[in-house]
Amino acid sequence: MKKVFQKPESLTDAKNHYCPGCSHGLIHRLIAECMDEMNIREKTIGICPVGCSVLAYDYFNCDMLEAAHGRAPAIATAIKRLLPDRFLFTYQGDGDLASIGMAEIVHASARGEKITVIFVNNTLYGMTGGQMAPTTLLGQVTTTSPYGRKAENEGYPMKMAELLSSNEGSAYICRTAVNNPANINRTKRAIKKAFQVQEKGLGFSMVEILSACPTNWGLNPLDAMKWIEDNMVPYYPLGEFKVKEEQ
Amino acid sequence: MDREQQVLFAGFGGQGVLSMGQFLTHIAMNAGKEVSWVPSYGAEMRGGTANCLVTISEEEISSPLTENPMAAVIMNRPSLDKFESRIKPNGTLVINSSMVDRVPERDDLNVLRMPVNQIAAEIGNLRGANMIILGAYLQKTGIVEVEEALEYLGVVFKGKSESIIEQNKAAFLAGVEYARNEW
Amino acid sequence: MERVLMKGNEALAEGAILAGCRGFFGYPITPSSEIAEYMARKMPKIGGVFVQAESELAAINMVYGGASTGARVMTASSSPGLSLKQEGISFISEAELPCLIVNVSRGGPGLGGIQPAQSDYFQATRGGGHGDYHTIVLAPSGSQEMMDFAMEAFELADKYRIPVMIMAEGTLGNIMEPILMREPVTKFSEKPWATTGCRGRKPNIVNTLHLGNEELESRNHQLFNKYQIIKENEKRADAFLVEDAEIVVVAFGIMSRIVKKAVIEARKKGVKAGLVRPVTLWPFPDEHIRTAAKNARLFLSVEISMGQMIQDIQLALAGRVPVEFYGRIGFTPNPEEILQEIMRLAEREGL
Repeated sequence: MKKVFQKPESLTDAKNHYCPGCSHGLIHRLIAECMDEMNIREKTIGICPVGCSVLAYDYFNCDMLEAAHGRAPAIATAIKRLLPDRFLFTYQGDGDLASIGMAEIVHASARGEKITVIFVNNTLYGMTGGQMAPTTLLGQVTTTSPYGRKAENEGYPMKMAELLSSNEGSAYICRTAVNNPANINRTKRAIKKAFQVQEKGLGFSMVEILSACPTNWGLNPLDAMKWIEDNMVPYYPLGEFKVKEEQ
Repeated sequence: MDREQQVLFAGFGGQGVLSMGQFLTHIAMNAGKEVSWVPSYGAEMRGGTANCLVTISEEEISSPLTENPMAAVIMNRPSLDKFESRIKPNGTLVINSSMVDRVPERDDLNVLRMPVNQIAAEIGNLRGANMIILGAYLQKTGIVEVEEALEYLGVVFKGKSESIIEQNKAAFLAGVEYARNEW
Repeated sequence: MERVLMKGNEALAEGAILAGCRGFFGYPITPSSEIAEYMARKMPKIGGVFVQAESELAAINMVYGGASTGARVMTASSSPGLSLKQEGISFISEAELPCLIVNVSRGGPGLGGIQPAQSDYFQATRGGGHGDYHTIVLAPSGSQEMMDFAMEAFELADKYRIPVMIMAEGTLGNIMEPILMREPVTKFSEKPWATTGCRGRKPNIVNTLHLGNEELESRNHQLFNKYQIIKENEKRADAFLVEDAEIVVVAFGIMSRIVKKAVIEARKKGVKAGLVRPVTLWPFPDEHIRTAAKNARLFLSVEISMGQMIQDIQLALAGRVPVEFYGRIGFTPNPEEILQEIMRLAEREGL
């Protein structure tokens, strides 16, 4: 009988701890499918963040490191420089990447480090209980913006894909979402393209993925998907922001 | 001569004070002695004055630092004001009289004055002040034989052009000459 | 063998290279920058990696990543920079990644000054960051030891899977002394735990998270069992004229050489002085201190700080012998003033 569906080899058998409707499990799977299809599992080293995906080292079936909050790009930099023929990816949330790790991500991009960053943007700090992140939308209620985020008080949400695409060192910057099958397919293509950019040594690559956090948003999983479409996509436009072609 | 000598070099940054000390350290090491060179660094350097302390010893050096060196080579007035009182009793004080407009207050020191900038102008090597005074100092003290020192100058300046090495040797010898005649 | 005149910072950098260090990650700060500059010149020529990081935090995390590949890697900084690195040092200690961390130390607190100082002693010997951990801390006293200890540090780091710190006062970074070049290290231990890609084996994980109660406790016990072994094997100190010493002076780093001169001069004046020089600041050589206490009426801790190591001496002596302190900050105590202090104490004690 022809097998039409199976768990990617690049994922372990461990049961994940994510909430129902959370996008992390889906995004893990997309990364793993790309690793399988490119046959790079044994050459890949992943670095997980502090945040809900802190335990991702249990889920990916490749060499993994767990980083201090925000420092994954610095760690990936050193590994890639010492082992240039390996594939390096960091997996980071919005607090990790856009707040405490802002210096590390900007400079890894500016240096053109040949690493791939998977940036999961769900507009808040998930693991610590739904606090405001740099990506929290204006008006959005979180535990530390209980009256809604106000520009005059908390400033504006940060657009990381746009910001990093201005760096010469960035070779591929794309923003996708995982709120419907078409966008999920686009996300997988973007992840694969990012790995290919890394393989060709073109420079820094990042896929920013608009993701759902039903638990902290206080929505059911289906409504959370709709919330991405209605609230996130208008502020965080989807698409490729930087595509450096081969010389 | 003492088995261990400590010499302080002090002046403005740019007078070659640190490199003067380094030359002496190199030369003394090549002559088989134990040596150390400790510079003042950072704030003082940027503030315009620089100094370094060279220790030359027949045996292993314990302390590379001292409050009271046996000799000081002073290239400017502020350095004289700062260090005169710290030289060991009956020590040696070498002064660049082109740049220092007062005589020392102490009367127990062996004071050797030398118009270094004038000599440098005479031999047409304004940047050679540090080598001139080093030549004079070695001629006078015999810490390292002058001939031996000359031989090692080539080693110390390894990588520099032949003409630079020759200019420095000439400056060094002008200092030796001055010390022979005047000190 | 030919002697070469080298600055302490350069001797240390060259020693690291001779030990096989092929990754340097740093951030400029006086008085340690010459190490980074030396590595920036050398690494590209020997197939090594040099990265000037965007911050001390990034630099120490690059060390975390670099060490996880099994390569010998290092960073160097100076006191305020070491404060910033503490997060990473805690993680590296827990992940048991071997590496070299250099502190060419200067005076604090705050921005302090750039004068040589030993006031990071507590930070270095107590762990420095969050959590229960230690790093091995070596304190060289001259250019030759800057080279030799850098080489030794990598051996210890690999042997125990622990970050090793070299703490050297600013003076040692800048001092120039003749050194004997060492032979390059050619034998390296296997590192089957390294994250290099899992070809032909199960995936390796470098991790510091232990959410379970039992897991966290047993993890800390594992680390402390290792620290216990290091304490048993690696305490090092030099003793000088302590056999009959009535006043034992304790000093490390450059200070130990300055004190040695004062001790020699005190002996000439008939005072039975001796010197213990801790070479490892952690583990602290408490047994050497106790041995030196045999005939001692008094200990004197001389430090370029307001008095930190004195606590370890007091712990080692457990009240058996009184411990005095002499220290300065901003200045390095010179042999003349230490001699004066020894003579003052000798007179007071009727020695």
